[in-house]
Amino acid sequence: MAPLLNAINVTKSFGGLDAVKDFDFKIDEGAIDSIIGPNGAGKTTFFNCVTGFYVPTAGEIHFDGHVIQGMSTDRITRFGISRTYQNIRLFSQMTAIENILVGEQPRLKTLWIEALIRNRRYKEEEEWALNEAQRILEFVGLKGLGDQVAHNLPYGAQRRLELARALAADPKLLLLDEPTAGMNPNESADMMNFIRRLRDEVGITILLIEHDMKVVMGISEQISVMDFGLKIAEGTPAEIQGNTEVIEAYLGKGAAAGLKLAKGGSSK
Amino acid sequence: MIQNQLTEPTSRIMLKFGLIGSIVAVYVSAIGMVEVFSERALIGDSFSLGYVILAAGPLGAGIFTARVLRDRLSRRKAAGASIGAGAASSSLLLVLLAVIVLGVIRPEQAGAEVTLRVMFVNLTPGLAELLTFGLGNALGALILILFCTLIGAAGGGAVLIRDPLRSGLVVGVMLTLLIGVFSETVTQVLQQISGRVIINIVFVQKSLRPIPAILVFALGFSLAYFRVPRRTRTRFRQLPDNRQQRTKRGLFIAGLVLLLMLPWLTGLFLSQALFLIGLYILMGLGLNIVVGYAGLLDLGYVAFFAFGAYAMGILTTTTELGITNLTFWTALPICVAAGVLWGLLLGFPVLRLRGDYLAIVTLGFGEIVRILATSDWLAPIEGGPQGILKIPNPVIFGFTLNTPQTMYYLVLLGAVAAGFVTLRLRDARLGRQWMSMREDEDVSEAMGINLVSTKLLAFAIGAGFSALAGAILAARQSTIFPHSFNLIISINILAGIIVGGLGSIPGVIVGMLILVGLPELLREFTEYRFLMYGILLIVVMLVKPEGFLPEATRKRELHSDEPGMTPADAAPMEPAGAGGQD
Amino acid sequence: MLRRYFERFSWVDFILRLFQIFIIIAMLVGLINTISAGRYTSAQWATLVFAGLAQGSIYALIALGYTLVYGILRLINFAHGEIYMFGALTTVFLANAQARSGFLDEHPWLSILSWFLLAGTVSTVVAVLLERIAYRPLRGAPRLVPLITAIGASFALQYTARGLYGAEFRRYPEVAALSGSVSILGFDVPVVQVVVIVAAVILMIGLNGFVERTKIGTSMRAVSEDKEVARLMGINVDKVIVTTFAIGGLLAGAAGVFNGLFRPAGVFFFMGFFPGLKAFTAAVLGGIGSVPGAAIGGLLLGIIESVFPNLILEGLGIPSANQLRDAFAFTMLVLILIFRPQGIFGEKLAEKKA
Repeated sequence: MAPLLNAINVTKSFGGLDAVKDFDFKIDEGAIDSIIGPNGAGKTTFFNCVTGFYVPTAGEIHFDGHVIQGMSTDRITRFGISRTYQNIRLFSQMTAIENILVGEQPRLKTLWIEALIRNRRYKEEEEWALNEAQRILEFVGLKGLGDQVAHNLPYGAQRRLELARALAADPKLLLLDEPTAGMNPNESADMMNFIRRLRDEVGITILLIEHDMKVVMGISEQISVMDFGLKIAEGTPAEIQGNTEVIEAYLGKGAAAGLKLAKGGSSK
Repeated sequence: MIQNQLTEPTSRIMLKFGLIGSIVAVYVSAIGMVEVFSERALIGDSFSLGYVILAAGPLGAGIFTARVLRDRLSRRKAAGASIGAGAASSSLLLVLLAVIVLGVIRPEQAGAEVTLRVMFVNLTPGLAELLTFGLGNALGALILILFCTLIGAAGGGAVLIRDPLRSGLVVGVMLTLLIGVFSETVTQVLQQISGRVIINIVFVQKSLRPIPAILVFALGFSLAYFRVPRRTRTRFRQLPDNRQQRTKRGLFIAGLVLLLMLPWLTGLFLSQALFLIGLYILMGLGLNIVVGYAGLLDLGYVAFFAFGAYAMGILTTTTELGITNLTFWTALPICVAAGVLWGLLLGFPVLRLRGDYLAIVTLGFGEIVRILATSDWLAPIEGGPQGILKIPNPVIFGFTLNTPQTMYYLVLLGAVAAGFVTLRLRDARLGRQWMSMREDEDVSEAMGINLVSTKLLAFAIGAGFSALAGAILAARQSTIFPHSFNLIISINILAGIIVGGLGSIPGVIVGMLILVGLPELLREFTEYRFLMYGILLIVVMLVKPEGFLPEATRKRELHSDEPGMTPADAAPMEPAGAGGQD
Repeated sequence: MLRRYFERFSWVDFILRLFQIFIIIAMLVGLINTISAGRYTSAQWATLVFAGLAQGSIYALIALGYTLVYGILRLINFAHGEIYMFGALTTVFLANAQARSGFLDEHPWLSILSWFLLAGTVSTVVAVLLERIAYRPLRGAPRLVPLITAIGASFALQYTARGLYGAEFRRYPEVAALSGSVSILGFDVPVVQVVVIVAAVILMIGLNGFVERTKIGTSMRAVSEDKEVARLMGINVDKVIVTTFAIGGLLAGAAGVFNGLFRPAGVFFFMGFFPGLKAFTAAVLGGIGSVPGAAIGGLLLGIIESVFPNLILEGLGIPSANQLRDAFAFTMLVLILIFRPQGIFGEKLAEKKA
């Protein structure tokens, strides 16, 4: 079966700097995969290319049968891709429920004129939208906080709200940019379970950028490793853990050898 | 200004504010306000507005000195300081007086043709006369110092005297001054109600007679001293709920009736002002959607106003410029549609621009439209500099609407329609789209919002309202000239909605009342209208940038660095009751 | 295949592209018509060009004030035209007094120097006061607030000038030493214009050197890039901002004197408004935030404004093209901002980041 997302030879340059270079990437429907790599490796840039924030300098991105590179962001979202952000980008002056309502955008069909005359179709849709937003709010565990202004929420709640907002569009593919940043181990474990539930119960394909190795190794099926814009490794968690180049990318040259020595000569 | 007071010595504060007050007083004198306003008596025939304006500087000196020192020193000492500040504020005035005497009066007396007055046109002997209270230079200068000192003391008193005496005095004085300043407005209203009888008792020409002035002062004083507003409110809150509801509803209906009766209560002149205010409110509501909701800074809004007016002109005029013979009512929807169309056309190219650039481009559009309208090139279509004449008034059921009073209702209808649309859209999905777009355009786009259509909708709807206003204006005035569609109107509307409170409908109304209504009501101050307008804008932005009646969100946005409340801890990821990991 | 193309199609881009082509064709048509009709001699064109350059120099000096302030504060100082006006209007009295007393004829260069000193000082003082009173308290506020303040300041300054100096038009006296014309490239050019152009260019080059090479200039550039980091580097940001305003004021004052010399059309309290707008157009044309951009933009705008109405609009058959001169400048502004918002020298604003 064709992969849900297929990035072919994607390159994104800024002036002289190649943030992403000749990057190939595939993810199958229903998978949970990760992209990891040291800071500045180009991971978020790649996300931006997929979601349409950047136009790739070269290469193609296919999603669900559409060719999406260079398209406008709203079109891509309507095809079924949602994301969260490295630095939380909620609509901080709007309430939590309003944030989710905005996220539902691709699913709402009534016209503004119908809003003016408040016809039945509009009222029904608004009611449905509100109920759905409440449902999502509860699903991420923020029940009762719907009327809180987003920037008043504690950090953890804000992260979950951003997730809720991304889910509101009923996406096929969910891109999560460092979803456990700033979380303690318990919260991270919660998040891992939640991500699994998203895939198991709702059927969303999930692609993570992560730094927390426990999370990465715990839930990913395939891991791609980036460094300086290039893909340096790809494989299952087990394969990645033993990969010399990956270790060196994170810890520096010679670290792999050092690790081998420290572990008594065996690499897992 | 109110910083670093912990370490500044009292004398320095006193002198600082005194100096600032002095500068204000000199400024006000040098630009001629004192002299011009001295023609306007407020109470009797001697207490003139000129002296009130002159007093503004020393008064401010006293007030701010007292404010700053109130917590640090005893009341008496703070009062002393404010008196000192008042005295200090006479300093530069004395210098000014000397300058006038030496540079203007002496040379003139000596027959010189060139005096300082050639450059500073308002340094006149008349001003010197005023500053010395007509008592000659030496004695007058002393009295001037005394004047400033006393006013400084008054300023200090306005801060330091204990309540309720303080609020009584302040409100009494302010009420008297207000009635004095707005005497023309009050006269107009009284005239409608009771003819000239009451007017002649209370006023002599434009100023209050002394005894009624005292009565007004007493009224204001007692209202404040006996805490009438607060007591009424407390008493009201003690009423049972349904009583409260009924009273509120009654007040609301009374307000509506008042609104409808307004033209008849205020007479011809004021109705014209009402018409204008209503027109600006209509346009303000339109611009509010563009700027307040969608966050698109449009400085060329007057262009759509012009389009609507010209559309109405071209469609209905009886001169040879008219291309059809439609009536006002049949032409009106076409005018609005034309406005909407132009909104789309002009909005289209600017969609990608942000912030300041959008503002400048729209400003450019507005100016281009004005210049084109005035040009000879397009004159065959729209009359060029001569404009369009003989636009017929609207006729409804045989009545011709050709007075400000009758046209007021048309404007009222338009404004209500605009308000309706605003409210409906704000609470709908479109309103949320606008709000999110305003906050973070990129992320909104990532939510699936089509920025182009969302922005265009805002632009087009705003343009439609502006065109509606233009069409109504054209029908009211029967003639339109291109010169009147200028940048100042766009700025007026923008300033009005910002000063009133961006995004809120009551805010738009209040803003227009202040920025359009006040200048109309204070027509005698025409010379200094724009100056006061400009200063008002600056002051409001410095003190209350969210406007007078802000929308809740806006207040959050502008004071977002203040701490908020923390809600109860959120539940864990698992749904309630599921428990356990994986 | 076709379906894929349409999926990626953007109406906005398409129509804008059409519009762009239409404008270019219109301009070419007008151009060709005018030149082939040969209605103007080359001498007449030269007159227009040099007059445009002189006017452009004035725009450029004002534009520099805009661009410097925008670079540092991201604020369009709407009241900058009034800063220009104040210097020019205050100095006209001095000039006329000197003319009356004969001082001007005896010591023309000394007179003109005194004009520069006075106008420069007045404009600088106004600029610094403006920054201190109206802009500094609003440093962190959202964009809209300082914009409204600037508009209010613009009105306040205009009508203060009106109150102080009255509403009449006043003219600068003719300077005998600058009358007559010189021959440049075979064309007769008024001496005044040459002096203005040369002097302005010297000022602009001086400013560029100042910004690029001196310590304060480097601080200015640092602050305009990133205020916070500059502060961390020990730069006194407030002082830099005041300096920026002061320099802008100085240049505007100089522009005021040049205006008096070159075009003795009357000065009065409202004279700053349109030149201010046009100077801002020039700054945007050259790339807002860029010093050479503002200079080139100003000169270019002056020429365009002077020449193009006759060059293009007449060719398109538009009567009384001169009336539309101002509209032309604004149209240029609009077109540039739509199709090339970074102007000539500006940096392309970074693409959306996430």
